[in-house]
Amino acid sequence: MSQVAETGREQLAADKPPLLKIANIETLYFDRIYALHGLTLTIREKEIFAVLGPNGAGKTTLLKTVAGLLKDQPNKGTIEFEGRRIHRLAPERISGRGIVFVPEDRGLFRELTVKENLEIGCWGRRGKEVKDDLEFVYELFPILAERGEQQAETLSGGQQQMLAIARALLRRPKLLMLDEPSLGLAPLVARSVYDALVKIAEIGTTILLVEQNAKLAFSIADYGYIMEAGRIVLEGTSAELQENEDVQELYLGLGGDEDSSKGWRLYKKRRTW
Amino acid sequence: MENILQYAITGLSQGSLYALVALGVVLVYRANRVLNFAHGDITTVGAFAAFMLLAAGIPWWLAFFLAILLGAAIAMVFYFGILIPAQRREANHLGMVILTLGFGLIMQALVLKFGDLEPQTFPFPLSDSETFNIGGVVISHLSLGTLIFGILGSFGFYLLVQKTPIGLAMRATSENLAAAQTLGIPTRRVLALSWGLAAGLGVMAGLFLAAVLFLDPPFMMEPFLKGFAAAILGGLNSLPGAIVGGLILGVAEALAGGLISVAFKNTLAFLIIIFVLLFKPEGLLGTEFIERV
Ligand SMILES: Nc1ncnc2c1ncn2[C@@H]1O[C@H](COP(=O)(O)OP(=O)(O)OP(=O)(O)O)[C@@H](O)[C@H]1O
Ligand SMILES: [Mg+2]
Repeated sequence: MSQVAETGREQLAADKPPLLKIANIETLYFDRIYALHGLTLTIREKEIFAVLGPNGAGKTTLLKTVAGLLKDQPNKGTIEFEGRRIHRLAPERISGRGIVFVPEDRGLFRELTVKENLEIGCWGRRGKEVKDDLEFVYELFPILAERGEQQAETLSGGQQQMLAIARALLRRPKLLMLDEPSLGLAPLVARSVYDALVKIAEIGTTILLVEQNAKLAFSIADYGYIMEAGRIVLEGTSAELQENEDVQELYLGLGGDEDSSKGWRLYKKRRTW
Repeated sequence: MENILQYAITGLSQGSLYALVALGVVLVYRANRVLNFAHGDITTVGAFAAFMLLAAGIPWWLAFFLAILLGAAIAMVFYFGILIPAQRREANHLGMVILTLGFGLIMQALVLKFGDLEPQTFPFPLSDSETFNIGGVVISHLSLGTLIFGILGSFGFYLLVQKTPIGLAMRATSENLAAAQTLGIPTRRVLALSWGLAAGLGVMAGLFLAAVLFLDPPFMMEPFLKGFAAAILGGLNSLPGAIVGGLILGVAEALAGGLISVAFKNTLAFLIIIFVLLFKPEGLLGTEFIERV
């Protein structure tokens, strides 16, 4: 899976410098449950990366490990961001390096207003830049400007996701990590969130997203990783992955109507991943 | 009728001190979901320090200021030196509460070692015997000063939390620690500040209380428990609740003491705790059930 193919967006340049390099990491829960098991992946600058995989594969664990939210993890292996190690740093420090994580539950301050949530996003920054960023964010999600005084917990699911992304953007992240941003959203709302992600990528933000909805993810991702049981089992450009029979079968819901011998063949093939 | 007004005023004055103590309890509870049983003892250290400084001839405003700083510093030392290491070793909430109890005992021991053990009258810039007479209601200079200071202090504190960036960071951090961390807020410093502010408010209340009560090592025990009751009454996670709870408790005590019996006055706080926990565990203005302790 190393050949580079045309994607919908632009010619992928394999020589773009790596932004995030994860090498052979192991993450354990309770010192014995392996959630990540020798995982290696590389994120290049200014692209959109998607990580797909079945429930329990360890996708959320991966993002949390990078964000530093799991104490004393990764247990083994290294994570480098812009060439400097970040594994086992405190989450505040990792955020300070330019990595911001939007968790699956959005991580909003539910009792605070929309405006206050955004203000927290601007923590430690001041001046004209902040104003410009706020403008950008309000342009991206005009609803947030209308709902400034509303408590975050009273927003709809889609609005909450927008607020979470907007707040993360105000940190000017170099790498924005999102855990299932389309979760629980109506298709049209999910689409508009994804359109916003494309715009965010266009201003030079690298995006790493975990998604169950493979079609949606492939629609904007440049490159994808398929994860199973704590490892990367397949990777490639979005185009390549969408060509892959197994991916079609398992993630895109295509070709499921073949006879059982096909299923067997797939199974055998899958074992070689 | 005049009597009742009199009790209400006295009660409000006392209640405003309970409110300050309760604010400290609530602030720490919101920060770490820990009931801080060392709160009263840290306050005691502050009051004794103020007393010793006054005895050494330091002007009262400087002595008070230093005492408040000392209380805040002690609380932050506890947070950084004991609580964070305990959390790193995965201490649960009960364990952390017990740590505060132990730390409180150490503070008591310090006071016993270095403080003057004879009950002392505490020299205070306001007099408890000179009084104002406002339309038949008598209030001492000290009580009036307490009331004004307690209310201004609570209100100022409330503004700090609601209207300033650092207050916003405190609210955000206490609501969702992980989210605050991933947004790069220096959460430890913010939480340490909560501990420091809580202790500072406690010492302020302690200085006023020392002026009324005799200053001896366990003198904060009762006011602390009252403040604690006020916090539970208002709702352990609600700052306005702490103020309301403190004022209600103060007035209720004064009325109960005046109209029923003085003996009843001190049990009232405990009756309130039991009553609230049984019938409205989230308190008057709180939103969270007391579940972790
Ligand atoms: N807090 C935890 N304690 C113990 N085990 C955990 C914890 N969180 C996750 N795990 C385990 O780690 C493995 C990976 O979980 P993770 O949440 O990372 O999967 P995921 O790929 O995000 O799944 P999903 O698609 O359902 O969100 C699972 O086996 C899960 O049971
Ligand atoms: Mg997940």
